Amino acid sequence: MKTTTFLILPLLLAILLTGCGGKKKPVDPDKLTDFQLANGIGPVMKPLELKPIDKKTAAEGEKIFEQKCFSCHRLDQKLVGPPLHEVLKRRSPEFVVNMIMNPDIMIQKHPEVKKLLAQYLQKMTYQDVKLEDAFKILEYLRVQNETPITK
Amino acid sequence: MKKVDLKKILAAFGVVAFLSVLWIGCPGSDLTQGDAAEKTYVAPGKYDEFYLFTSGGFSGQVGVYGIPSGRHFKTISVFAQNPETGYGYSEETKGMLETSFGFVPWDDAHHPKLSQTDGIPDGRWLFINGNNTPRIARLDLKTFETAEIIEIPNAGGNHASPFLTENTEYVVASTRFSLPIPQKDVAISTYKENFKGSISFVKVDPESGEMNIAFQILVPGFDYDLAHAGKGPSHGWAFFTCYNTEQANTMLEVNASQKDKDLIAAVNWKMAEKYIAEGKGKAMEANYYHNVYDESEQTAKSKKLNSVKVLDPKDCPGLIYYIPTPKSPHGVDVDPSGEYIVAGGKLAAVIPVHSFSKMIKAIDSKNFDGDAAGIPILKYDAVLAGEVQNAGLGPLHTEFDGEGYAYTSAFVSSEIVKWKIGTWEVVDRIPTYYSIGHLNIPGGDSRKPWGKYVIALNKITKDRYLPTGPELTQSAQLFDISGEKMQLILDFPTVGEPHYAQSIPADILMKNSAKIYRLDDNKSPYATKSEKQARVERKGSEVHVYMTTIRTHFAPDNIEGVKVGDKVYFHVTNLEQDWDIPHGFAVKGLNSSELLIMPGQTKTVVWTPKFEGVFPFYCTDFCSALHQEMQGYIRVSAANSSTPISYNIQK
Repeated sequence: MKTTTFLILPLLLAILLTGCGGKKKPVDPDKLTDFQLANGIGPVMKPLELKPIDKKTAAEGEKIFEQKCFSCHRLDQKLVGPPLHEVLKRRSPEFVVNMIMNPDIMIQKHPEVKKLLAQYLQKMTYQDVKLEDAFKILEYLRVQNETPITK
Repeated sequence: MKKVDLKKILAAFGVVAFLSVLWIGCPGSDLTQGDAAEKTYVAPGKYDEFYLFTSGGFSGQVGVYGIPSGRHFKTISVFAQNPETGYGYSEETKGMLETSFGFVPWDDAHHPKLSQTDGIPDGRWLFINGNNTPRIARLDLKTFETAEIIEIPNAGGNHASPFLTENTEYVVASTRFSLPIPQKDVAISTYKENFKGSISFVKVDPESGEMNIAFQILVPGFDYDLAHAGKGPSHGWAFFTCYNTEQANTMLEVNASQKDKDLIAAVNWKMAEKYIAEGKGKAMEANYYHNVYDESEQTAKSKKLNSVKVLDPKDCPGLIYYIPTPKSPHGVDVDPSGEYIVAGGKLAAVIPVHSFSKMIKAIDSKNFDGDAAGIPILKYDAVLAGEVQNAGLGPLHTEFDGEGYAYTSAFVSSEIVKWKIGTWEVVDRIPTYYSIGHLNIPGGDSRKPWGKYVIALNKITKDRYLPTGPELTQSAQLFDISGEKMQLILDFPTVGEPHYAQSIPADILMKNSAKIYRLDDNKSPYATKSEKQARVERKGSEVHVYMTTIRTHFAPDNIEGVKVGDKVYFHVTNLEQDWDIPHGFAVKGLNSSELLIMPGQTKTVVWTPKFEGVFPFYCTDFCSALHQEMQGYIRVSAANSSTPISYNIQK
């Protein structure tokens, strides 16, 4: 019947226009690259070339760690967040820097960080850390990684 | 078929018609048109087009709203203590409310004024007056907090304030209630002999915004009511309405309403600057406080000052002239061109519009009509540009849309009257619900109004909202003025009495709004910038707790060694550095308010334990999933006990 055609046509058009039932596979903007899966999402977008540990930078990093990280993270025990003594055995250095600099997006998009949120129930926040300071914190954590915890 | 009874039908029709008249006649039901909801709807997650700053009136605060939605975003603590944030309770903010009368934790806030550059609101600061204990506050629009409060000496009822000049060179203040200057013990009946008014010009530092009283002008003892500075060609002048030129001191409702005309004082402030430079200003002893919130040290710093420079018009010819104005004028508003000075005569039948260029001619040709205490009074007709006839009853205030129209609030007839500048004809009018006082158009008293809306700030709420007992909310109304006819599109309640309000496009402020206080910039002597530095120190009978907060613990969270009678200072630093993560702090039996601490801030509250025992403290602002775990204990021992100070911090 003509009337049904009149009814169906606009309906089809509406569906097409609103994109319902469209077959074209959209590109998922949230899909992570292999690099991001391994190293996180943030300012570090390619592998770092790490030099041998610099003790002086690590000492500066310790001070920044105490101010920006220590209230939530201890080295040897769970607190607000996970212990960080051997975080570099679990995560890449790139991952650590990206987590410091970009926690909001990491929590939203990275499967490993989503798991952490479910475990700790606290969203890590950006603590107003400069990128160069994040690298100093990394240096401090590299030292910790090689230092056994003494009790 | 039954015969139709015409009479019955007519009667039924009549009843229906009558009922529908009743129905339609209900307040508000037929006043808004179909698209009002669309015009005021701001979808979830979307932003308003304008910020509106309303005076909190007798709440002493400033309200921040979105336009066109009417949504309330924030109450900025200014002249009154606010237990919600700890403003005026915390050690860091108490000093903001210091005055020559001691700590005054309340005022009556009337007129918010946005700072201007070239006569256009620039979004840097908001000024507001305290009427009762004369003060002016400056609010920083990066933090939306009070940055400074200066007391105005030699003043009573600082009402004509803090209107400002077109580059925010000055904000003004004056005496609505004249008084003996300097103060002395005299019979009130000697008003005419002993009472004087003062007009103050408060200089604003163009960089820091800091205020200082540049000079005061001693004027006859009238009631100085409202003000506006000139702009464009009239830049350099400021205009103040005066009522009670009868100089009555009792039953003013009758005794101050005798004369046909009162006055507008036209003050040439550029000439005042010249006289000050020539040394004509006499130093007068005056006690007043100047309180500045030091953002880096996060503490109010109060300074007691003891002198002001005073100009006497007798020694300063050309400094000030009076323009006769009918009748008990209230508002005085200068149009965007700077040429027209519009007065709202509360008891007048017309709105007189004075011409700035005619005023200058009248001054040059000495076209005077007597004087008041030696100050020349100009001839009414020599200054008048025109009168708006049929402008409503009780006209008060006028704002401008930048398209050649003026909008005047009429209190008694409860309406907004739109009229054309130049022809002075009324082109539209619309009722307000009820009894409008001030009104505001975005940028409506500036050189370039943004127009689009007018906001009515009403005095009476009555039946507009669900009743809440005898005390009702305050009522603002939003009108769309983009078309030829004004259209009422929204009622929204406000806090305190919204005398005046000002509005500004959101994008001017949004981009500068601070998100956190940077810990690195926190120079408070009581800051604890890392959990490792958290500690408890005894100094005689004072105990200082240097405490940190982060989701979701305090450090320390167990404290012992405090004694009955000690004065315990909790200096709490919020170590968070991300937006919207404040923490709260309260301890049982606190004789003060909680602390609400923004990320990177340090705030202090004093607790004086009265009994032995163990008392809990906790976070009062829900911060995270483990907020309920954010707690601690403080042990209080007998005054003569030997319990040592001890505390714990997770190693």
